[in-house]
Amino acid sequence: MEIKILGMGCVNCEKLERMVFNALAELNIDACVQKVQDIPEIMKYGVMSTPGLVINEKVVLSGRVPSKAELEKILLEHVNR
Amino acid sequence: MLNSFADLVTYKLLGLLKGSPLGEAVHFFIYDTIKIFLLLTVIIFVVSYLRSYITPEKTRKVLSGRFGFLGNILAALFGIVTPFCSCSAVPLFIGFVEAGVPLGVTFSYLVSAPMVNEVALVMLLGMFGVKVALIYVASGLVIAIISGIIIGKLKLEHWVEDYVYQIKMGEQAATSHGMTFAQRVEFAKFATKDILKKVWPYVVVAITIGGFMHGYVPTDFFIKYAGKGQFWAVPFAVLLGIPLYSNAAGVIPIVKVLFEKGVALGTVLAFMMSVTALSLPEMIILRKVLKPKLLATFVSIVGFGILLTGYLFNAIF
Repeated sequence: MEIKILGMGCVNCEKLERMVFNALAELNIDACVQKVQDIPEIMKYGVMSTPGLVINEKVVLSGRVPSKAELEKILLEHVNR
Repeated sequence: MLNSFADLVTYKLLGLLKGSPLGEAVHFFIYDTIKIFLLLTVIIFVVSYLRSYITPEKTRKVLSGRFGFLGNILAALFGIVTPFCSCSAVPLFIGFVEAGVPLGVTFSYLVSAPMVNEVALVMLLGMFGVKVALIYVASGLVIAIISGIIIGKLKLEHWVEDYVYQIKMGEQAATSHGMTFAQRVEFAKFATKDILKKVWPYVVVAITIGGFMHGYVPTDFFIKYAGKGQFWAVPFAVLLGIPLYSNAAGVIPIVKVLFEKGVALGTVLAFMMSVTALSLPEMIILRKVLKPKLLATFVSIVGFGILLTGYLFNAIF
């Protein structure tokens, strides 16, 4: 599973990144996590509000930090595919 | 009910004397802390719930190709409810430009989004009442609409950084579609907790300072230096507000006391607006997409609008 976190380094983006790492560890999921800070690169995903979460090149979340439960649910949904 | 609770704690439980400086300060602190936190919780929850419907992506769709006055009005209105964290300013700006939203309309949005801010609105509502809160929203909207129109008329498109026009945006996102009611409530709850967690220390510190000033600073102190007749008070308030950005929630309890002690209403409003709309961190972020000349024009027009509002309200009230 390939995960990208879109954001230019604000508090919320960093928070999402931490949450993703924690959730992956807790759920014991193997994933390649990448941080995307380059503006044109972020815009390619059509995201206008950060932080954004991209899993396997699909935007699954933008403009907010999810709750822990929601994030875990999203990750689990994608790991099964 | 809140008042009698504050009475009970201050005068009965703590045994402080009614009318004494310490008694007044403690009473102010207890009453205002409870009131502000109740209001913050309720209003941020409601605004966050609405936000789950109105995303920047939807706003972009509505505004694209919207020229003229109506575009500026719509943009300013959307600016109130859409989520806005200053780090989103750049992708938002690029997204709007890319969708063909005129520069002036984009600016109406960029001014209104941070300026008419729900936390500031709550604080004003709780401390000054409905009338002042409405005046704040109305003047924020007017400044946003007019500065957008002016920037549009000046045709400053070439003062936007060139790479902005080269970016091609992907057609994706729109992930908040199809959220269930329960998900929206969950989202609003989370956002409320998140914002409260961020602002509470500022609010408590500011109310403490406010309470202290309420009890101890003599009334004519501020009338003398920042009352209605003091011409320089408005520009001074605006300059003072610029570096205070992150404390938007925190300055208002102080502002309330300043007002009570005789600082003019227009001066107080100008201070608040500059705190929320002209912030240093946001200017640094916007510099990524705007050439210095356009950034300076933006700041001047907004600053001028705030000054004007300050003087206008000092003249009326």
